[in-house]
Amino acid sequence: MKRIRLSRPPSALLRRPGTQQPALLCKSTALGSSTRCSAPAPAQQQQRRHASSISQRPDSKHVMFPGAVKSAFINTMRFEQPSTYPALATYRAVDQNGAVVDPAFTPDLSDEEVVKLYRDMLTVSIMDLIMFDAQRQGRLSFYMVSAGEEAVSVATASALAKENVVFCQYREQGVFKQRGFTLADFMNQLFANQKDPGKGRNMPVHYGSKELNIHTISSPLATQLPQASGAAYALKIQRMQDPSIPERVVAAYFGEGAASEGDFHAALNIAATRSCPVIFICRNNGYAISTPTLEQYRGDGIASRGLGYGIETIRVDGNDFWAVRETMKRARELALQDGGKPVLIEAMTYRVSHHSTSDDSFAYRAKVEVEDWKRRDNPISRLRKWMEAKGCWDENKEKEARESIRRDVLKAFSEAEREKKPPIRTMFEDIYEELTPDLRNQMKELKSQLERYPDEYDLGEFEGGRASLDK
Amino acid sequence: MSRYLRPAARLAATARASAVRPAATSSFLSRAAVVPSQQKRTYADASGVKEYTVREALNEALAEELEANPKVFILGEEVAQYNGAYKVTKGLLDRFGDKRVIDTPITESGFTGLAVGAALSGLHPVCEFMTFNFAMQAIDQVVNSAAKTLYMSGGIQPCNITFRGPNGFAAGVAAQHSQDYSAWYGSVPGLKVVSPWSAEDAKGLLKAAIRDPNPVVVLENELLYGQSFPMSEAAQKDDFVIPFGKAKIERAGKDLTIVSLSRCVGQSLVAAENLKKKYGVECEVINLRSVKPLDIETIVKSVKKTHRLMAVESGFPAFGVGAEILALTMEYAFDYLDAPAQRVTGADVPTPYAAKLEEMAFPTEPLIEQYAAKLLRL
Repeated sequence: MKRIRLSRPPSALLRRPGTQQPALLCKSTALGSSTRCSAPAPAQQQQRRHASSISQRPDSKHVMFPGAVKSAFINTMRFEQPSTYPALATYRAVDQNGAVVDPAFTPDLSDEEVVKLYRDMLTVSIMDLIMFDAQRQGRLSFYMVSAGEEAVSVATASALAKENVVFCQYREQGVFKQRGFTLADFMNQLFANQKDPGKGRNMPVHYGSKELNIHTISSPLATQLPQASGAAYALKIQRMQDPSIPERVVAAYFGEGAASEGDFHAALNIAATRSCPVIFICRNNGYAISTPTLEQYRGDGIASRGLGYGIETIRVDGNDFWAVRETMKRARELALQDGGKPVLIEAMTYRVSHHSTSDDSFAYRAKVEVEDWKRRDNPISRLRKWMEAKGCWDENKEKEARESIRRDVLKAFSEAEREKKPPIRTMFEDIYEELTPDLRNQMKELKSQLERYPDEYDLGEFEGGRASLDK
Repeated sequence: MSRYLRPAARLAATARASAVRPAATSSFLSRAAVVPSQQKRTYADASGVKEYTVREALNEALAEELEANPKVFILGEEVAQYNGAYKVTKGLLDRFGDKRVIDTPITESGFTGLAVGAALSGLHPVCEFMTFNFAMQAIDQVVNSAAKTLYMSGGIQPCNITFRGPNGFAAGVAAQHSQDYSAWYGSVPGLKVVSPWSAEDAKGLLKAAIRDPNPVVVLENELLYGQSFPMSEAAQKDDFVIPFGKAKIERAGKDLTIVSLSRCVGQSLVAAENLKKKYGVECEVINLRSVKPLDIETIVKSVKKTHRLMAVESGFPAFGVGAEILALTMEYAFDYLDAPAQRVTGADVPTPYAAKLEEMAFPTEPLIEQYAAKLLRL
């Protein structure tokens, strides 16, 4: 038997780059039909297209090709060399000694507010050390630290409002901390206990919080970036439909390694063309596991790519808390101008620690390189020097803060470790929005098994025990 | 893709992992995951048989093919400087230099496309994926370009490329890192797909893949890398290849045919031994070796003898390798079956992170044993 399977007319199967033919958009009515769809485009659409079309005038000094409308004609052939362009400059507000170097900079935070953010950075740093060791002791299956990059996450987050939406990669504990994630929240996820909002289904460090408007961290690299563009587009449309909603932006974090994935390029292009209010924040920390930036890309970092996509871009010293915060504040304003547009921030920093607990970075970089960086510059000590110069911090306060944070982390740690596991019901849930009849039957079956042999199954460590399977 | 998994280091630290996750010492992982990765080759015994880990076998296959053919080169994330995320390419950079062993940026679609382009231009690339989970970023290059260009170009552009990397179950890496792609690639005309189990399989199939003029997907398994197998004298030679489309009967039997692939072969063999001990039945275990082309002849021949069939694989049940084996058996050997054919597969859920649930999401030796016993009405 011969069967012809054509769900769409052949004409609709072919992609036509550069055109928006209605044939592409219209659905076939008859299965297997080979008729060409040729419904006329709406008049309004036609008019708009005519208005935007351009034609080359004779003797024009400028290119009037549709693909480049502002380019001048020249009569000598010349290839552009990346090396003839100076590297994009890196903005600094405070130098590594804590001295203000930007004359236009005035801190906009009270002493208490700065201290709070400083404590956020300290907390991340101390928690990282403790959890890294806890993994080494076998109390945790996996962990990733953000040593050296605390300023990028805490300072950018401090310039965002709660209603803004955040997409993280996996090294932004500071964003979570600053936005109100508690030590207990961190520990509950790490130990996958019943209070873990992810219900113990993810590897450690894949935090997420609906209340804090932070999407759950997803393992596959760079997938958050096009999604962030989409979220920003949604926020923009929502506000167009209901102007009483406050203006919102999306912040999307990623590393310079992730920027090699196709998703990064797709995200920037779609955000630029659809005018999405999204701030892309690149943590350029020099390494993607073992791959140094020299082998990751040959251009001028990630920032130069933003310009290529027509996106307003800045490079900033990622170890300078104040520079990052000021940059982010300005980026937020920019992202909301002209009906919304993307902004790219490249924060230059250094991954002081190993990539994760499964990595030993001294296999591919010299220990002295790391020691050098630690000595030369560190975001925490830089802010501390600034605070000390201002007189709102000193050795005693530092000592007290470190001790109390350490105590709090250990307390949250041991509480989370003791917590029960998620209810056994959760193993049936969330594969689909609702329990499918199959899953419901399996759950019933499990329940009757547990009821028949109550002594064979110890459900003590699961929240709610057997009762979680009731209805 | 996700870069924070440092799988080799994780394997090296299995002692740590087993302390972390008590279930890591359970039956599910006891055979493979806790095998130390640093095993050394032993001296040859009288018959010339040596012990090889799957990792060593793959490494030897790559080295021999790089040596034999200057057109062969290997590329992927971390393959050179770091010796491979799972140390499969250990020592190759030092031996063959950075023109033959190439580190790439984290751009699966980029380096896969580059490899396909090199193959279309006459080189014989070996494209390593850190795991096949990450190959999804590049699946268009594999399926639409590598597999179909020979056909679409009217036969003028062959694509001699090998895609390889770990596939299927790993330990403790949750749903996005544990998927089995045998059925995905097995369904694509133009691709050849193999899935080695033992060290001999690994060496012979990888070498055959590199030599084969078509695009070949070699689906390895992370948990097998550190496992040791005897390697015959013939297999130690540099001309050893295993032909595609030929399954291997790993254990002869007369009561039940178990068809399996990759790590499940080892599990099926253990289950078969237990079934013999407990019930005195003899199960025939067939190691598929090659998913596409699939050796239905060997399966049918075995079913004619045993009259019962069970497929064991670790992919999702729906539209899987097991489903295919059952369907083919029905088509070609229905009259010889004395009982409905059965399949043991991975569970139809995103792979759970919780160690005990993860264990239940994949075939285990007791599970295979139990289903075989049920099928045989023991």
